[in-house]
Amino acid sequence: MLLLDVRALSKEFDGLRALDGVSFAAEGGEILGIIGPNGAGKTTLFNLISGIYPPSGGEIDFQGRSILRLKTHQISRLGIGRTFQIVRPFQNLDVETNVLVAFGHRFYPSLWKSTGPYRRPEILKEVQKLIEKTGLRPYAKQISKNLPLGFKKRLEIARALALRPHLLLLDEPSAGLRFEESVQLMDLIRQVRDQGIAVLLIEHNMQVVMDLCKRIVVLDHGSKIAEGSPEAIRSNPQVIQAYLGKEG
Amino acid sequence: MISGYLITVLITILIYAMLAHSLNIITGHAGQISLGHAAFFGIGAYISALLYTEAGFPFWISIPLATLGAGIVGALLGIPCLRVRDDFLAITTMGINFVVEAIFLYIPFFGGAMGIGGINLPKWFGREMSKPEYFILILFIFILLLLLDRRMGRSWIGLAWASIREDEQAAGSMGVDVVRFKVLAFVLGSAIAGLAGGFYAHFLTFIMPQNFGFGQSIVILCMVVFGGIGTRWGPIVGAVFLGILPEISRPIMEYRILIYGVLLLAMMRFQPGGLLGRESVLSRSFRRYVHPSSGLE
Repeated sequence: MLLLDVRALSKEFDGLRALDGVSFAAEGGEILGIIGPNGAGKTTLFNLISGIYPPSGGEIDFQGRSILRLKTHQISRLGIGRTFQIVRPFQNLDVETNVLVAFGHRFYPSLWKSTGPYRRPEILKEVQKLIEKTGLRPYAKQISKNLPLGFKKRLEIARALALRPHLLLLDEPSAGLRFEESVQLMDLIRQVRDQGIAVLLIEHNMQVVMDLCKRIVVLDHGSKIAEGSPEAIRSNPQVIQAYLGKEG
Repeated sequence: MISGYLITVLITILIYAMLAHSLNIITGHAGQISLGHAAFFGIGAYISALLYTEAGFPFWISIPLATLGAGIVGALLGIPCLRVRDDFLAITTMGINFVVEAIFLYIPFFGGAMGIGGINLPKWFGREMSKPEYFILILFIFILLLLLDRRMGRSWIGLAWASIREDEQAAGSMGVDVVRFKVLAFVLGSAIAGLAGGFYAHFLTFIMPQNFGFGQSIVILCMVVFGGIGTRWGPIVGAVFLGILPEISRPIMEYRILIYGVLLLAMMRFQPGGLLGRESVLSRSFRRYVHPSSGLE
């Protein structure tokens, strides 16, 4: 059984085809790169998988079950975590509380359980572990809007990991980061993969993608134009054309 | 002995404090703007008044039913409304207020412009409660509500509300059922407003549709914003301050709404978090001099 199986996925916005019949699959423990020029439909793809808006057509199966009709919170509870292209931590909450919000996914389904206090030693211990692992320890008590960008991105990953996800959707994690920051972030993403979590990675930095991913899906104008190993993608004439334009 | 005037002012302020507290659950905790809170205040007042005068229910039964009724109406109206975006929500809640006021005004069953009279203070131990006793009863209930509010703030519900207030889409991606928690805040806030309405009706002994108009909603919102939206004590401080102000002098009473408006603008400009907001002059000096090390809570 495939972890994530996307078939003929389409999305139209007021007649504009943002995504047009895209199919691909992902397995646990792999990092699947998703690349393509601006406007190719990469973020739209993430928004469809995470249920931000419904697709116009196609199928999305997660662990053998269709998630097409599920709402965002239901999808995240199944174990699909995500980060956002433009970071959106809960600005006025501290780092620890940000992560706690995601730990609540076990309690929110029951109103009764939701009335319990959220600061409990066993949960705080898990939060500390995650904060440690994502390198946020020095910032644990800081209000998240005051964090440097690189740490806001780490915070988003920490939050997503608090869902105990099987699949992580990372939308341009290295964008806007300095070189060494992005190298550290890539290490973190590798660690996540090594836990058996599947990662879909949207990334503009080719060096990062070629480094991390065994397999890459290329989107252009809403359609999948190529899929394969970094080497195959690098030499694929269609991909080169999409990025550099037609020759002559 | 406390004078009749003083106790009247105290009870009025207490009821306003309860109203401001209830609006704070919706607007402060869950971050959902409501410009029609007086509608639920009115629904509670009318339910309890009608149950008392028409059905002959005692205060002790009409008050819980008023709370429940306002909560149920809050749920019915909240479920469709809370699916819309912030700016629509402001307009929709305002519309609810006008519709509810019009229903009270134009449907004869609700007494029309004359309102409903003949409501009395509650009875206990075989006699009518005195005003100071009534004050203590409301205060006691209000303290219970504040304790509940503190408990909620420390629960997953409070955390879910905070996440919704900060960023709905991100909250959804963290497993928070955004609509459900928004509706919960709306229902709780409406129910407590209904409770305050019940207390109000039995205190004034007659009620009119004008008591529950859009202007009243704005007064309640002013109290919340003035004192510190989202803080536990801010709305109470706001209610006390803005409640006492018109009592100090007649001219202020006459230009009440104007003065509230100016105060609101001034707060927005200079202390957007309110008197007790985290970044306010008061809170910062309090932290500096009283609690040099602590940050929050």
